[in-house]
Amino acid sequence: MPDPFQHTGVLLEARNIFKYYPIRGGVFMKKTGEVKAVDGVSLVIHNGETLGLVGESGCGKTTLGRALLRLEEPTSGEVLFQGENILDYTQHQMQSLRGKMQVIFQDPFSSLNPRKTISHIIGEPLLVHGVKRRKDREARVLELLEVVGLRKEHMRRYPHQFSGGQRQRIGVARALALKPELIVCDEAVSALDVSIQAQVINLLKDLQQDFGLTYLFISHDLSVVEHVSSRVAVMYLGKIVELAPSAALYREPLHPYTQALLSAVPIPDPSVHRPGRIILKGDVPSPIDPPSGCRFHPRCHYARSICSEQAPELTEYGVRHFAACIFAGRLTLEPL
Amino acid sequence: MTPKHPEDRHPMLDQLSQLWRNKTAVAGLIVITLFTLSGIFAPFISPHDPIEVALYDQLKPPAWKEGGSSKNLLGTDDLGRDILSRIVFGARVSLMVAVVSVGIAFFFGTIIGSVCGYYKGNLDNIVMRGIDIILSFPYILLAIVVVAYLGPSLQNAMLAIAITYVPRFARIVRASVLEECEKDYVMAARAIGARDSRIIFTAILPNCMGPLIVQTTLSFASAILDAAALSFLGLGAQPPTPEWGADIARSRAMILRASWVMTFPGLAILGAVLGFNLLGDGLRDALDPRLRD
Repeated sequence: MPDPFQHTGVLLEARNIFKYYPIRGGVFMKKTGEVKAVDGVSLVIHNGETLGLVGESGCGKTTLGRALLRLEEPTSGEVLFQGENILDYTQHQMQSLRGKMQVIFQDPFSSLNPRKTISHIIGEPLLVHGVKRRKDREARVLELLEVVGLRKEHMRRYPHQFSGGQRQRIGVARALALKPELIVCDEAVSALDVSIQAQVINLLKDLQQDFGLTYLFISHDLSVVEHVSSRVAVMYLGKIVELAPSAALYREPLHPYTQALLSAVPIPDPSVHRPGRIILKGDVPSPIDPPSGCRFHPRCHYARSICSEQAPELTEYGVRHFAACIFAGRLTLEPL
Repeated sequence: MTPKHPEDRHPMLDQLSQLWRNKTAVAGLIVITLFTLSGIFAPFISPHDPIEVALYDQLKPPAWKEGGSSKNLLGTDDLGRDILSRIVFGARVSLMVAVVSVGIAFFFGTIIGSVCGYYKGNLDNIVMRGIDIILSFPYILLAIVVVAYLGPSLQNAMLAIAITYVPRFARIVRASVLEECEKDYVMAARAIGARDSRIIFTAILPNCMGPLIVQTTLSFASAILDAAALSFLGLGAQPPTPEWGADIARSRAMILRASWVMTFPGLAILGAVLGFNLLGDGLRDALDPRLRD
């Protein structure tokens, strides 16, 4: 099988990212525990690809995305952006690098400052990065509005005068303003109607082609991720459990959790009969006190006693197909 | 040419026209403007010298009452001084006290509150416990201590009021900043590489103006009252400076014999306080784009 990612080079590499949030209590605010939001994640994002990141709510997807951009300071680990560890950067260096890595947020209602006009919101990145002349900024804002499919007369309006889809386009325009290389789309379409979702996704795909963008596409919606991603990482309780090219992951998932997730994707066709939907028992365990060994073992169909003792490492089973399961490749998963 | 879209105008125009449509706010604005103008042009409008004693004209009633004359429209006090003139000049003192002391408190309170709310952590803990300590004193007592230490004068009274008002601004700003920090637009501002000062002052603080404006107008009103209280205790405006609060305090002994001496400065305070509150409410509505349309 030819490797489609061979020559593109690495844009961002994360090594052993941990993000623990302390829980404090009592009069003296002593640390009484930790929320292990991201617990040792390593991954690579290649130039020009879209890496999908999926998982249930609270599994640490958003925290990981923010840690990679250093919007949240990771507890430990390394983030190499174009070969340099950005966690060593001073605040000043970081601020000038920000133009190369941008983010699109989930909630189009809170991600735009309600007191600023659209022109100001999209123009602010330019102002911060040294475009001091108002005329120059407005010219670029006009360009960006056109790129994302909004009109010139929208410039002087306020965010509350727009619909959700339009607001998300404004968010996209703001992210594009500094010609970034990496954009983290943090549930960028989850808050939108399905028809609007399609529009925004197509916009993102067109932009990727036109500007050679690289996306980290965070979502809980597997069908959206399948549509946009070249590779997909599946997260569970702060760890990546499976990482594979999109086609391979959806065709033959190796991790029981991935399989369960895929079996839960609704198919909008009542005539399709799906054999054996896997319904996971119980809730996601607390990230304050995660299960021993494999974190998925309390909910896993195939768990054996060894699963609660030994934590599986992410290991390559197929071509670029990684999974963190002791029995991966040896299990005969039920057909979907 | 296509007609200009109404929403494409400059936002300030929108806000002003919004304010203009709010009748009570306009009423408040008019009242405050009248007081301000009378303060500025006091020497030209007041019929008499406010500190000139005329012992022949002691306790003259207002012009429309029996025994009153058009010479002293609102009557005279126990030293024969013209009440109308004292009210006109008193606007100067009272408005200045309000603006200066609230201005100082606003400035420092906003900085303290926004820095604490934005950075959180130990700095926030330490500073806010300090604020709690200040708040735990009855604030008029604290003001008295400050004035007693600095020496009685109108300037020191303003300073004392400013110090006692800092905590309320700091708390309100901190609470609003904490709330706004949770919103994604703050994260977005960080993501574009904006400096902290820019994020605090141009992104977050404008979104905290609603409660701040209300607090400011209420504080204008209570600053006028507090200045009067300090003056009454001999710690603020020194006689014979015309000051509404001090005049009320002086005339309380005459309330049964000559009620007008106390009534008119009281109405002046009522008007100014009411004016500030009406204007403040109107401004809050006008400055928030979400309450429009």
